[in-house]
Amino acid sequence: MTEIVYCYDGSFEGFLSCIFDSYANKEVPTAICCDEDLVPMLFASRSIPTDREHAGRVYRKVVKCSPPAAELLRKGFLTCLPEKELHLYRLVQKVLREGGSFLANRSDPVLYPVTKAVRHLEGEAHLLKGFTRFSDLGGVLGGEIEPKNRVLPILRGHFCARYLNEKFFLYDRTHHEALFYAAGKAVIRPLADFQMAPPDEAEAAYRLLWKRFYDTIAIKERYNPKCRMTNMPKRYWNTMTEFQDESYFRAQSSHEAVSAPGAPAWIPAPEIPPAPGLSAPESIP
Amino acid sequence: MDVLEKLTILTDAAKYDAACTSSGGSRTSKKGYIGNTSTSLAGCCHTFSADGRCVTLLKVLMTNRCVYDCKYCVNRRSNETKRTAFTPEELADLTISFYRRNYIEGLFLSSGVLRSPDYTTELMIQSLRLLRETYRFNGYIHAKAIPGAAPELVEQLGFLADRLSVNIELPSEAGLKALAPDKTKGAILAPMRQIQVRNRQSKEELVKYRHAPKFAPAGQSTQLIVGATADNDLHILRLTQGLYDRYRLKRVFYSAYVPVVEHALLPAKDVKPPLLREHRLYQADWLLRFYGFRAEELLDEGNPDFDPRVDPKCSWALAHLNFFPVEVNTADYESLLRIPGVGIVSARRILSARRTGPLHMENLPKLGVVMKRAQYFLTASGKTAEGLRFTPDSLLRGLIAAEHPLLPQPPMEQLSLFTAI
Repeated sequence: MTEIVYCYDGSFEGFLSCIFDSYANKEVPTAICCDEDLVPMLFASRSIPTDREHAGRVYRKVVKCSPPAAELLRKGFLTCLPEKELHLYRLVQKVLREGGSFLANRSDPVLYPVTKAVRHLEGEAHLLKGFTRFSDLGGVLGGEIEPKNRVLPILRGHFCARYLNEKFFLYDRTHHEALFYAAGKAVIRPLADFQMAPPDEAEAAYRLLWKRFYDTIAIKERYNPKCRMTNMPKRYWNTMTEFQDESYFRAQSSHEAVSAPGAPAWIPAPEIPPAPGLSAPESIP
Repeated sequence: MDVLEKLTILTDAAKYDAACTSSGGSRTSKKGYIGNTSTSLAGCCHTFSADGRCVTLLKVLMTNRCVYDCKYCVNRRSNETKRTAFTPEELADLTISFYRRNYIEGLFLSSGVLRSPDYTTELMIQSLRLLRETYRFNGYIHAKAIPGAAPELVEQLGFLADRLSVNIELPSEAGLKALAPDKTKGAILAPMRQIQVRNRQSKEELVKYRHAPKFAPAGQSTQLIVGATADNDLHILRLTQGLYDRYRLKRVFYSAYVPVVEHALLPAKDVKPPLLREHRLYQADWLLRFYGFRAEELLDEGNPDFDPRVDPKCSWALAHLNFFPVEVNTADYESLLRIPGVGIVSARRILSARRTGPLHMENLPKLGVVMKRAQYFLTASGKTAEGLRFTPDSLLRGLIAAEHPLLPQPPMEQLSLFTAI
């Protein structure tokens, strides 16, 4: 058996195309990696073109074998699990071979790393439902997060329901993509760089009110920083209003709501069809 | 006085209330309204304060003016402190602005008793109505029912709020008489009964009429202060159990008494709040609500207080060693739940996983079982953990050591190789 490494474009469809090609060529890849992360290796590598039709066939087959496995596949692709492609490949392999009944056993060696990573993803998304902070930028709400996993597809439903009648965007600093929502439509698009505009008078005042509320609500006699850190790890603090320094609470008379060098001057309206970019697994037909 | 100062005073006065949850709501968003209450079944924490407690709601008092003189309370009449009140508009604006920025899930409105319980409740109703109807707020509201308010007013409050609560505060009538002379047991329990009955009726009406108004759809809760009076854990736990059984409460909260005032009937001001005791009561509370335990199983007249060294479930297991070991491949759900280190989630995972084949020791950590506690109490396919030897005495020491790092440590403790337990 020859060792071969598959390369794909980083999209979910691209990954499913890899699975398709591996079955078509009757070979098992040693590794599946994204074009960006590719480092020169000893093994032969093959670049797999993304084929939406092939991807659709693989996905529909997995759904047919086991709908919960398809959900794991979609969510698993959003996680930050190292070598997630290989873990998911093995999961699909096992589902196609023996059906979805082994999914009931969480300690299954093929399943365990994937469910663990998906739980991490879902846990992070759950925390971010609370820890995300928005600012009012002239009627549009804008927020930033720094998650480890690609949580935006998971958070989309929550924030769209919560802000049904608002316009908002949420920028993911780690994965350089953003969720835009207006008038009942939501899209997730890549966004290379983004800088939040400074607050106006009213926004700065509410930030200060919140900071004061936060500092006052703690009971001095019960001070317990370890408990706080367990519940709210420090890596989330970076984007939270209550942990920002003084300049965050100072109003600046800037009328430009969003200034993003290299990005569109104004937030792209969600009515525009999404630009071709890395697709999130939710967009599979 | 500006809003920032008012917020500071009225937050400071409200912070001793432990309840801060947004669970149990299921209202979806509506066109033209702001927000929803369907975050998730478990609610949603928006931040954690420096004392490690979850902040979900904007927890403030309507006013900290109060005609009562409860000895344990910072807002009592005889305490010299700055007094103020929110206007309904200020409160609504704060709630909406915080909610839109995702700071909070909703409002927790409590109040000192201004003039009379009725007058205060009317003020609260006025504020909540403004927030709901004029500002069109569709998020979570937790309102405090003031003991002694007229039933008609509590009724109105219930249709505006998602959750109502009446704080019992002192777990016994004797304590109430000594420390809160203006309150009576009857005045506290009457609105609790009313909320329970009205909530049940509302659910029945909803079956018949789809658009029937909902009365406190997220139920009611209460709070007990721990450590201000001499009541023991058994008494508090029995009271809790009675409240769950007879009043159908969603939650009972415990608040370790923080000495805020010097008084002959209260613990001295330099006494530390009994945080470990509060923690043990919460652990026992979970055992009552989710694990099928009864108060009488956990404590009795001979042992009326929890063991500070091990959690209540371990204590129970140590006293019932003949119940163990439990075989994970054959035991029913209720027996699995009795094993220390096995929770609701891991018990369900065991039930699900063992249908695919027999379970062995090495499977259990992957199913979420906490082995450092569970290993003493279970077998998998007839085998215990490899190399495990213990006597009842070393078992206790092992369990204490397993929990020790999780508990808050006394400051500046010298580490020792030979920790005497």
